[in-house]
Amino acid sequence: MVPLLLGITLISFVVIHLAPGEPTDMQTELNPDAGVELKTRLRAQYGLDKPLTEQYFLWIKRLVQLDFGTSFSQDHRPVWDKIVERLPITVLINVLSVGLILLIAIPLGILSATKRNSMFDRWTTLLVFLGFATPSFWLALLLMDYLGVYLGWFPISGIKSLGYDYLSPSGQVWDVIHHLLLPVMVSAFGGLAGFSRYMRSNMLEVIQQDYILTARAKGLSEWTVIAKHALRNALLPIITILGLSVPGLIGGSVIFESIFAIPGMGKLFYDGVMMRDYPLIMGVLVIGAVLTLVGNLLADVGYALADPRIRNS
Amino acid sequence: MNYRWLLMLILLPWWLVACQQQDPYYADDATAQTPQFGDTLIMGTIGDASNLLPMLSTDSSSSEVSSQIYNGLVRYDKDLNFEGDLAQSWEISADGLEIVFHLRHDVKWHDGAPFTSADVLFTYQLLIDPQTPTAYSERYKQVTQAAAPDAYTFKVRYAKPLASALISWAMAIHPQHLLAGKAIAESALARAPIGTGSYCFVEWLPGEKIVLERNEDYFEGAPYIKRIVYRIIPDLTTMFLELQSGGLDYMGLTPLQYARQTTAPAFTRRFNRFRYPAFAYTYLGYNLHRPLFQDKTVRQALSYAINKKELVDGVLMGLGQPANGPYKPGSWPYNPNVNSYPYNHEKAMQMLSAAGWVDTDGDGIRDKDGKPFEFTIVTNQGNDQRIKSAEIIQRRFQQVGVKVKIRVIEWASLLKEFIHPGNFDATLMGWTVPIDPDGYNVWHSSKIGKGQLNFIGYKNARVDELLEQGRRTLDQQQRKIIYDEFQQILAEDQPYTFLFVPDSLPVVAKRFRGIKEAPSGIMHNFIRWYVPTAEQKYLR
Repeated sequence: MVPLLLGITLISFVVIHLAPGEPTDMQTELNPDAGVELKTRLRAQYGLDKPLTEQYFLWIKRLVQLDFGTSFSQDHRPVWDKIVERLPITVLINVLSVGLILLIAIPLGILSATKRNSMFDRWTTLLVFLGFATPSFWLALLLMDYLGVYLGWFPISGIKSLGYDYLSPSGQVWDVIHHLLLPVMVSAFGGLAGFSRYMRSNMLEVIQQDYILTARAKGLSEWTVIAKHALRNALLPIITILGLSVPGLIGGSVIFESIFAIPGMGKLFYDGVMMRDYPLIMGVLVIGAVLTLVGNLLADVGYALADPRIRNS
Repeated sequence: MNYRWLLMLILLPWWLVACQQQDPYYADDATAQTPQFGDTLIMGTIGDASNLLPMLSTDSSSSEVSSQIYNGLVRYDKDLNFEGDLAQSWEISADGLEIVFHLRHDVKWHDGAPFTSADVLFTYQLLIDPQTPTAYSERYKQVTQAAAPDAYTFKVRYAKPLASALISWAMAIHPQHLLAGKAIAESALARAPIGTGSYCFVEWLPGEKIVLERNEDYFEGAPYIKRIVYRIIPDLTTMFLELQSGGLDYMGLTPLQYARQTTAPAFTRRFNRFRYPAFAYTYLGYNLHRPLFQDKTVRQALSYAINKKELVDGVLMGLGQPANGPYKPGSWPYNPNVNSYPYNHEKAMQMLSAAGWVDTDGDGIRDKDGKPFEFTIVTNQGNDQRIKSAEIIQRRFQQVGVKVKIRVIEWASLLKEFIHPGNFDATLMGWTVPIDPDGYNVWHSSKIGKGQLNFIGYKNARVDELLEQGRRTLDQQQRKIIYDEFQQILAEDQPYTFLFVPDSLPVVAKRFRGIKEAPSGIMHNFIRWYVPTAEQKYLR
């Protein structure tokens, strides 16, 4: 895994340095007060005057000491701090929305499979694909306007009310939940299609197997056949997908976060890229890479745990 | 301070950048209530601040927040004249080389420490320290000698008279007792500033909000509004929905929102809208290194071919005005008596023909020496108004037989690959307009080099002379004569076609009283805004 990680960082490092523009641009570009001398001085302060290979080795040297360096943006803060303060809300929203998706998509998939080609199957298919096809920012704005402005049921944006500090502990929890309802619903709606379709096709495949026929022949109830014999096998591929979605937990969508004014990872990364904040970009990429590798590992382990055939081979 | 020189408008739509205005909107003082203390103003801002040590930041969000927390020695008043801020008075020597500031005696930092001339001297030393990563050092390097002879006097000396010297001391003064002896880039004050201003810093939740609370000991009297909360909402549509739902009290509207979405009584009952020209303009700049644009007649013809009124109507929903020079209409350096190139299709056609561009092969495109008149306009991604303007201009140019292609490029690439290497035909961009008219860095021929601001390569000996004179002359009357001539030459040469000046369109919740429009905007008397007790919304 370590060589793989090194490779990822090397490629990322080269690619972001290939993009035109530099971190100093924010301060110096088209700024009449900024002379050539200032540009060279700032570049030297950021270490940008050194050869690229040297910059990379310096960065790696710091990384192995788990030092992600200091952001090149004008706040000069440690990259780690900037990432850590945005992680909880991003992970929370992603976990909630994946949870909600599983909660709805699995039963939906099972029902669609068992009642294949029924009206129910057709309507849910239509619905989940509508969700898949609807741009989330558009849906979000419509819901904000109707549920937030017109009906006044939900707050429009942000994650806390202005008077949050004055609320009781239970009031604070409710306040956050209240704020998160819309964003979580909107992001889950778009993700239903994938999981429920997966679930449906897995289930369809499984219930055509001979052992299901056997189970039915034994006289087991339809519920036991589906829930006990079929479901467990149909769930297996879901483990893989869940494993692959682990790095996604720390990633956020810029558009989504901008619309709901949520200070998450997506916006942080996007702003970092726009400002060519190299240490920040690398920091986020490294964490993403590590999580991808860990996610793959977890999926493999989970698969082995769930499926005796894999464990034995 | 928002009076930074020309800074290109990129990710920040200019309607959020500054606040200025025109005639009185409503005279609230006539109904004279006694102002009352209390309540919170919640402002929407699209970007988070980056650093609240003003010398380290260049973004408008940071400077907006900082302007409430810090003071400079001088500032512009509501009519854009100089007035004392931390300095109660100043003297400029007869030769224009020395300025002596007499500081106020009654100023305290937010932590209670007294403010003295040592802080000013320290700020100056920080600004010119090569270790300080500041973008503002250049203008302070003109100072040959700075001294603090006593606790409330500060003196600076220049080698040559400099018209912009006085306003450079509007730079926020930083506290010596908290910053001395440490690396400023690592100071904790960047996230929790201590200043002398009318509001004290309370809290900053990154990407979420910044909270300020009034300074009870402010030397001009405590502000009425208890708190300011800056809420960071990156999306303008969300910001507008938030405003409607009551989650915001102040934001800058887009022209579309102003013209179409805020006229209903349900909205005007709860909000006051303001409208006044912004300190900015949009232009079409011709690369004068290209043979195509070296003939003045051609540039003039292109200016006649563009309908500026149509651009204002189509792009700004009528909320702006045609531009005919680099200064804000109505400001003192602005010269209204120059050729404004009103739209004239016939004249454009004639002038192009006269310049030798005739459609000889009948393909609808003029040509000369076998070369068709076609070129590309480059502009930056993410600014819808510029892209729309380019498209409207494209159609008008087509009508006079000039073929135009449009290329929209990401900001950093646009500058690095096209503008700075001079690798473009024409570019559609914008400048913010400084209050001081010194245009040396943009128009002087010495600024043509790579990475400099005269990237279109404009060279005019008389303009060079005028610009050099203008920045060394302190008398406003004399400067006016100089810059009037400068604008006449620009109008004649048309190195840019000046397109339009957009309007700033702020909107404020109606419960806020005491707002007065002035040439500088509505924020100039913010500490005198108030909310009558009965209407106060946030009681804690």
